[in-house]
Amino acid sequence: MPLNDDDVREILRIIDESNLDELSIETEGFSLHVRKGSADAGDADARSGDVLPRTAPERAPTPPASAPHAAERDGLETITSPMLGTFYRAEAPGAAPFVDVGAPVGPDTTVCIIEVMKMMNSVPAGVSGTIAEIVPENGQLVEYGDPLFRVKPDR
Amino acid sequence: MRRVFIPNRGEIAVRIVNACHGLGLECVVGASQPDMDGLAARIADRKVCIGPGPAAQSYLNVGAVVHAALSTRCDAIHPGYGFLSENPALADQAREHGLTFVGPPARVIRLAGDKLAARDEAARAGAPVLPGGEVKNAEEARALARQIGYPVLVKAAGGGGGRGIKRVATEDELTDLLSLARSEAGAAFGDDRVYLEKLVETARHVEVQLAADEHGNVLQLGDRDCTVQRRFQKVVEEAQAPQLRNATRARLHSAAVAFAERINYRNLGTAEFVIDAATGDPYFLEMNCRIQVEHPVTEAVTYLDLVQMQLQIASGHALEIGQDDVSYHGHAVECRLNAEDPSHGYAPSPGTLSVFAVPERHGLRVDTHCQAGTAVPPFYDSLLAKLIGHGSDRDQAIEILIEALEDLDVDGVETNRTLLIGILGHPDFRAGPVTTDWLERALR
Repeated sequence: MPLNDDDVREILRIIDESNLDELSIETEGFSLHVRKGSADAGDADARSGDVLPRTAPERAPTPPASAPHAAERDGLETITSPMLGTFYRAEAPGAAPFVDVGAPVGPDTTVCIIEVMKMMNSVPAGVSGTIAEIVPENGQLVEYGDPLFRVKPDR
Repeated sequence: MRRVFIPNRGEIAVRIVNACHGLGLECVVGASQPDMDGLAARIADRKVCIGPGPAAQSYLNVGAVVHAALSTRCDAIHPGYGFLSENPALADQAREHGLTFVGPPARVIRLAGDKLAARDEAARAGAPVLPGGEVKNAEEARALARQIGYPVLVKAAGGGGGRGIKRVATEDELTDLLSLARSEAGAAFGDDRVYLEKLVETARHVEVQLAADEHGNVLQLGDRDCTVQRRFQKVVEEAQAPQLRNATRARLHSAAVAFAERINYRNLGTAEFVIDAATGDPYFLEMNCRIQVEHPVTEAVTYLDLVQMQLQIASGHALEIGQDDVSYHGHAVECRLNAEDPSHGYAPSPGTLSVFAVPERHGLRVDTHCQAGTAVPPFYDSLLAKLIGHGSDRDQAIEILIEALEDLDVDGVETNRTLLIGILGHPDFRAGPVTTDWLERALR
């Protein structure tokens, strides 16, 4: 797979405009590994030849005033959407949902997928607790910062 | 076209919303989180939050923009200026998903973005270009520089808008600056091709407004002078360019149209030229594939609505006017009121406007998204408002602006108001065209 400058530029542009942090491509006689930003992007479990969508962590130089993080309300914490996209509760149509009301979650538990132009981005809970409410309908458009789940935190 | 997605902010998003409503089109504004309370988002039929404050994760995110446009049942995208307006990936993706992109096709945006290719096409269209050309090594560069004469500029093919340029005064500097320019261009633009161009030491910046429909009609809508600049940023613009020789004006207009026809340009665009102040000779610089910040001065003197024209062309309508129908009325001058701190070298001055009130007067147009309480976030350009004075002649247009600036109430952020009043009242500016280096010298 011979790549010229334009191809590399195009790849870098796609990564830059996506919410990916890291990308590994490996084909015969060619391997490319690109990582965006700095330190905290290290744990991607990248299999060769695969593009692994990951959610964007808070890596902006100046984070927004109300960071889309678990925010407390009525003793419940809210998991907000890290990006605009379509909200999916399961990995595929017909598959079991990642979580239901009453499910225990940890910070790294995947709670849903946000699809942006066919790119699947899994969203981690970011908190430990029990799912108390699922806010959007499956397949609904969610905007950046929209509430996705309410979680009763572990004390 | 029924419903237009606007992934932009500030005064231009407000301007596009109003143009859509004027044509009976609905619109959805895609805003970043800090802009969700902004004027454009409030007056749109719907607003969606496409991402957080930093533009890379919101206004520059092609996937989020296209996804948002489709999910909100828009059938067109108007990108405004800046951000994704000249990004061929957005034009491509929009088309692939059945959305009308309000601008030229991706092919044209790519060609115009390659400054070397655009220069070659302009030359083939008969437009005057500066002596120069691509150089692949130091030997070629030395030979070409001797032929065109020092000083020369080394420019990046992937640059433009003042970026990726090195000034070479003598042959001693050439080899080093050439390799530096090449490596910087490779890093910044992913394209290390460079070319030499003769440096015009004292120059005016004049541009021609073009409109091209889907049926092969190309019009020029006159010219603008944008010579008053600071660090390659335009500060004051006017239409038409003052004291331009008739022959030069005719040459600019015909060269711009010939270039647009040659590259099958579509929608509105601007051909930029530099004019050698010493000789009066014009040279093609580059093509901008978007609505320009300074489009209102052309609207003022032509009585045309350029943003509505963009939407109508994108809808497939043939231009309703011919070249002979384009006429000019009086003179218009625009100045850009920015949130900048004059005591800190005009650095951006973000904050929240506690007061913002613009006087109303005959001949004054103000394009702005600002009101008392409007936040000026640190993530974006610092443009607060464009003030456009339209009078029967240049002096009258300038006087309208000076009075408006003096009567303006603005507090909460620092602004460049005093600088603008100083420029508009300066005897050099009042006498007619200055040169692009004038403002920086006058500031010292």
